[in-house]
Amino acid sequence: MSSISGMNSKHIDNSPVLYLDGVTVSFDGFKALNNLSMTIEKGEMRAIIGPNGAGKTTMMDVITGKTRPDEGTIQFNSTSKEAGNKNTDYDLTQYDEASVANLGVGRKFQKPSVIESLTIFENLEMSLKGGRTIWQSLFHKLSAEQKLKLDEILGLIDMTDKAHELAGNLSHGQKQWLEIGMLLGQEPELLLIDEPAAGMTDEETMKTAELFKTLAKTHSLMVVEHDMDFIEALNCKVTVLNEGSVLAEGTLQEVKANEDVIEKYLGR
Amino acid sequence: MNNIQEKSNQVKLGPLTTLLMNDKGGRRLLAVLAALAILVPALNLLMPEGSFFHVSTYTMTLLGKYLCYALLAVAVDLIWGYCGILSLGHGAFFALGGYAMGMYLMRQIGDRGVYSNPDLPDFMVFLNWQELPWYWLGFDNFSFAMVMVLLAPGILAFVFGALAFRSRVTGVYLSIITQALTYALMLAFFRNDMGFGGNNGLTDFKDILGFDLQADTTRAGLFFCSALALMIGYLISRFIVTSKLGRVLIAIRDSENRARFLGYKVEYFKLFVFVVSAMLAGIAGALYVPQVGIINPGEFAPLLSIEMIIWVAVGGRGTLFGAVIGAILVNYAKTYFTGAFAEIWLFLLGGLFVLTTLYLPRGIIGLWKETSEKISKKLADRKLDSKRESLPKGENV
Repeated sequence: MSSISGMNSKHIDNSPVLYLDGVTVSFDGFKALNNLSMTIEKGEMRAIIGPNGAGKTTMMDVITGKTRPDEGTIQFNSTSKEAGNKNTDYDLTQYDEASVANLGVGRKFQKPSVIESLTIFENLEMSLKGGRTIWQSLFHKLSAEQKLKLDEILGLIDMTDKAHELAGNLSHGQKQWLEIGMLLGQEPELLLIDEPAAGMTDEETMKTAELFKTLAKTHSLMVVEHDMDFIEALNCKVTVLNEGSVLAEGTLQEVKANEDVIEKYLGR
Repeated sequence: MNNIQEKSNQVKLGPLTTLLMNDKGGRRLLAVLAALAILVPALNLLMPEGSFFHVSTYTMTLLGKYLCYALLAVAVDLIWGYCGILSLGHGAFFALGGYAMGMYLMRQIGDRGVYSNPDLPDFMVFLNWQELPWYWLGFDNFSFAMVMVLLAPGILAFVFGALAFRSRVTGVYLSIITQALTYALMLAFFRNDMGFGGNNGLTDFKDILGFDLQADTTRAGLFFCSALALMIGYLISRFIVTSKLGRVLIAIRDSENRARFLGYKVEYFKLFVFVVSAMLAGIAGALYVPQVGIINPGEFAPLLSIEMIIWVAVGGRGTLFGAVIGAILVNYAKTYFTGAFAEIWLFLLGGLFVLTTLYLPRGIIGLWKETSEKISKKLADRKLDSKRESLPKGENV
């Protein structure tokens, strides 16, 4: 598998790609996130685990602009064209979903959400970076560079021969892969991935873990997952969420041995 | 010189052919429309009355009316079939375009009204108004009126859409407020002091651009313009839905969140297509009014806006040419049934919608596609069978 071209070269500064500090979100008095703080370094892959209702999806919602936090800071550091390709900090609480996506945060949903009545090719074409305005979309033509990029992604997700089939005809696992392919088309700096292995066969799960390890060389990743085998295969730092805040952080072995984690999550 | 002309012709043809490359139905539709646009006026004007080939002015005007409805249906299909916006108030945009044209036609009457007032339309004289309201200024001018045909529905759609889409009103809630919009406009236009003729609306038109509206030649010209407008409207819509923007619209229809998280500002795309659709509806209304000779607040009636949805559903949603077929068929049925069984027409219309929803979810076009696929499959099977039979018996597995 070749790496995705054109991705972040060398980082100029050492600020983390994502920095959450004291983020609180409450729905009707229930605190879905309670003073959550977390840091993800550039190029890091991070697994997030935790019981149902721990706030994993809400955390993704506040990062991607879907939900506004009541309190707290969410800072995203990415290369900005306007600032002459220098790294810039963005306060993600100020942007809506589409703008956050265009700043360089890609999100994959738990339920595979591809556009079923379009072909695989069209799904990927639409995801390609740039051309997000009305005018650009109306008069869009694929450049040679974009065609290469599409071929590369199609190869990476193993769908070159069925590029012109409808995405609705794909199996569950294949839809997951197509959605990951669409994320890559966006060329994000940070990927947020919600339960990628859900509904996959064991073989597909391991293949997906391999794919993520390759991606981690050029992207920062945050993966929410329940499947412990999958997390073990990812071999990365793990954060355990519980009741809207961080319960423990460390390697999988460390958090597995943590008494709080055993009591509140693993033991149940 | 010739060379250059040929080249420019090729350049012009290029995009058109790519636009219709995978659109068999659209190609046929445009061919039929082009033929109608020439033939119907020709048969009306050139064939003597009483001849078998003569098309009566009544028939031509009726067909012209259907073409206007067809353009309106294309506008509805553009937002409903491709972007999933179920507008139950598109009659409002149709009527606004119609009123803009009606105001021009009123001004053309001049001093030939019942009250022979050169400055004011009859209904204003009747209401004892002393001068023309400011919003009637400029409608003496045809070009200004034509700009308003686009701007009046366009601006309403822009303001309404901006508010609704920004607040992320979707689905049935959006349908209800579009319905409320057209209902509110109907009530407003019924009022005499709005200055649009109250419940009588605008009528008694005399001529358009100096041509007598009752003359066959003018009717023929209007028919030709309606066919042309439908063709152009179809091509514009086709251009939109085959572009990447069209695929973004489909993405919004199927999974609005996915489109957002891919970085597309969903509300802008919805707003764009809503405004384009409203303008197409306005053009349809503007061509409709001189042919039927009247525009009144009844055109804002919520029921009419619901009927439009039925046209599109019957024809087949999300195909554009299906909308044209649905609009013409349902309206032909309406003309026939209101004549034959006036009392039960509405039941028939309701029944048609129920049947379509239950048994033809993809409309006539969907039925057609399924049947032709079945037939071609059967034919292929038969060929295969006959091949097998021709094989020696031992080798048949």
